[in-house]
Amino acid sequence: MKYEPVIGLEIHIELNTKSKMFCSCSAEYFGADPNTHTCPVCLGLPGALPVANKVAIASAQKLGIALHCENLLSSKFDRKNYFYPDLAKGYQISQYQEPFSLKGYIEFDVNGETVKIDVTRAHMEEDTGKLAHAEVENKKVSLIDFNRSGVPLVEIVSEPQIHSSDVAKGYAQKLQQIARYLGISDCDMEKGSMRIEPNVSLRPAGSNDLPQYKVELKNINSFRFVQKAIEYEITRQTEILEKGETPALETRGWDEIKNKTFSQRAKEMAHDYRYFPEPDLPPYLFTKEYVAELKANMPELPDEKRARFIRDYQLSTYDCALLTTDIDLAAFFEDTVKAYPKGEPKRIANWIIGELLRRLNESQTPLSSLNLVPASLAELLLLTDEGKITTASAKEIFEKMITSGKNAQELIKEFGVEAITTDKLEEVVEMVIKQNDKVVAEYKAGKEQVFGYLIGQIQRQTQGKADPKTAADLLVKKIKK
Amino acid sequence: MKIDIAHVAKLANLKLTPKEEKDFEKQLSAILDYFKDLQKLNTEKVEPISNITGLQNVSREDEPKPSLSQEDALKNAPKIHNGFFEVDAIFQENE
Ligand SMILES: [Zn+2]
Repeated sequence: MKYEPVIGLEIHIELNTKSKMFCSCSAEYFGADPNTHTCPVCLGLPGALPVANKVAIASAQKLGIALHCENLLSSKFDRKNYFYPDLAKGYQISQYQEPFSLKGYIEFDVNGETVKIDVTRAHMEEDTGKLAHAEVENKKVSLIDFNRSGVPLVEIVSEPQIHSSDVAKGYAQKLQQIARYLGISDCDMEKGSMRIEPNVSLRPAGSNDLPQYKVELKNINSFRFVQKAIEYEITRQTEILEKGETPALETRGWDEIKNKTFSQRAKEMAHDYRYFPEPDLPPYLFTKEYVAELKANMPELPDEKRARFIRDYQLSTYDCALLTTDIDLAAFFEDTVKAYPKGEPKRIANWIIGELLRRLNESQTPLSSLNLVPASLAELLLLTDEGKITTASAKEIFEKMITSGKNAQELIKEFGVEAITTDKLEEVVEMVIKQNDKVVAEYKAGKEQVFGYLIGQIQRQTQGKADPKTAADLLVKKIKK
Repeated sequence: MKIDIAHVAKLANLKLTPKEEKDFEKQLSAILDYFKDLQKLNTEKVEPISNITGLQNVSREDEPKPSLSQEDALKNAPKIHNGFFEVDAIFQENE
C-alpha cells in the first residue's frame, strides 16, 4: 500500500530578552556556570510571585502578527501540571485557552512552489531547566541546571498539513527567518534557542483521516537532521505498517552518528496536565489600537522586503530571495547601493551573492559577526572603476576584507596589488612584444591562439597587476602598428 | 462522588499506603460532594472569572537584576554535584 506522511511541527523559540519571563534573573545563560542565574521565582520556591516581562509579551504578539494570526485581545496564563526534575515548581506557566495568538499561517517556497501551512496557535510559556546525564560514583544520575528555567519561549504549533520533509524544513526555515527579522530571537538551533519537534505518522494515500497514532521527534539540533529524522521515520513506520502492525505512540530522539531515530522513553509520565488559570498572574486585555501600533512598529518582513527589492532594484526574484535571506545581508546590500555613487544594484548584488554570501555559507558565520561595512565594498568597486586595481585583485581584497575587517586602501597597500598605470603597462607591452618577436610574427601570420601566451607574459612581468582588458587592447594596438 | 485515588496520587507524585488511600479517598469524595452544593446555584448571569484580584496587565520592564549565588541556590538541595542539583537518572534509553 502507498502511504502519505502526516506531519505537524511544534517549534519552540527562545526569546532574546535580557531578563527571564517571570523574574529579573538574566536570561543570557549560555555558557554560564550552572545555577548562577536563579532566584526564588525560577527555582520555584514557595511564596515567590511571578511578574511577566513586558518585552517578552510584546515579542510573542509581534510574532503572532507576522504569522497572520488572530491576536486575542484578552489573554491569560495557565498552569500546566506535571512532575519532571527540570521543572522546579511542579507546573509550567503556559497558555492554554487564551494564548496571545491563534489561527495564522506561514507561506514559503519549496522547490519553486509556494506552500501555505496553517498555524494553530502561538502561545507563550516559560522554559525549563536543563538536564544532563552523568555517572557519579558508579551510579547513573541526572544533573539539573536551572539557569534556563523561566526564560521566555513562544511555542508555534502547526496544523498537521505537512506531507514531506522538504516542506517541514521550509516551514521551519521561514519561521526562523521571520523571528530573526523581528529581532525577537536568534533562533540558533545548535544553541537550543530554536527547537523543532516534528510529529510524524502515516496514513493510506488518498485518505483524509488523521492516523490513530503519532510519533514525536525530539532533541534535533539542525534543519538537516530534522529532514533526515523525518525521512527515517517515514521508512521505519512504513515497514511497521506493512507488517500489519501500528507504530507505538512514543517520543523518539535522533542519533546523528547512527543516522537513525531511537525510542526515548522517559520514566512513565502522565499526560494529564490539568491546566487551570494561573492565579498569580492577572489577565491581559489589549485594545485594537495597541495591536495596530505594535504592527505599525514592526520591521519590514521578508516577503515585503523581497517584493520591494524586485520593484526598486529590478533584480530577479531569485537574487532578491537570496539578498533577503537575512535582514543584515539585505541592509548591507541596500547600504552599499547607497554608498556607491553609480548605484548599479545588479553589480552589487552579484558581489554580495557571489562573494559574500558564498563565504558566509561556507564558514557558517553570520554577517553581524564580521567587521565588514558597506562603505568598504563601495570603495573597492570605485577603485576598480578607476583602474587602481583589477577585478581579480578586487575579489582577493574583498576576501581579505571579510576576514580582517580592514578597508580597501589599507589592504591594497599591504598586499601590493595596485594595478599598474596605463603608461607603465604600455612599456611592459612593448617590452613583451620585443622579447617575443617570433611569437608576435606567428600571431600576425594568423595563429591567434598565441595571443593568450603574450597576455600571460604581460601578467608575469606585472605580477598579475595588469587589468586584463586594458592589456589585451594595448597588445592588439601595438602589434598592429 | 467516586475518586480514582491511585490515579490522583500518581498525578500528585505521592506514594500512599493502602490505609492512606482508603482515608483520602473518603475525604476527597466528601470535599467534592460538598462542592456539588455550589452547582445548585443559578450562575446564568455570572461571567466566568479566572482571577479574583481584579488586576489586569501587570508586567515589569525587561531589566536584569542580580540572581542568587550558586551556593545559595543549592543550599536546600538534598543532593548536589559540581554546582548542579543531583537526582536519580531520568532517562531509560532503549534500542
Ligand atoms: Zn529568577
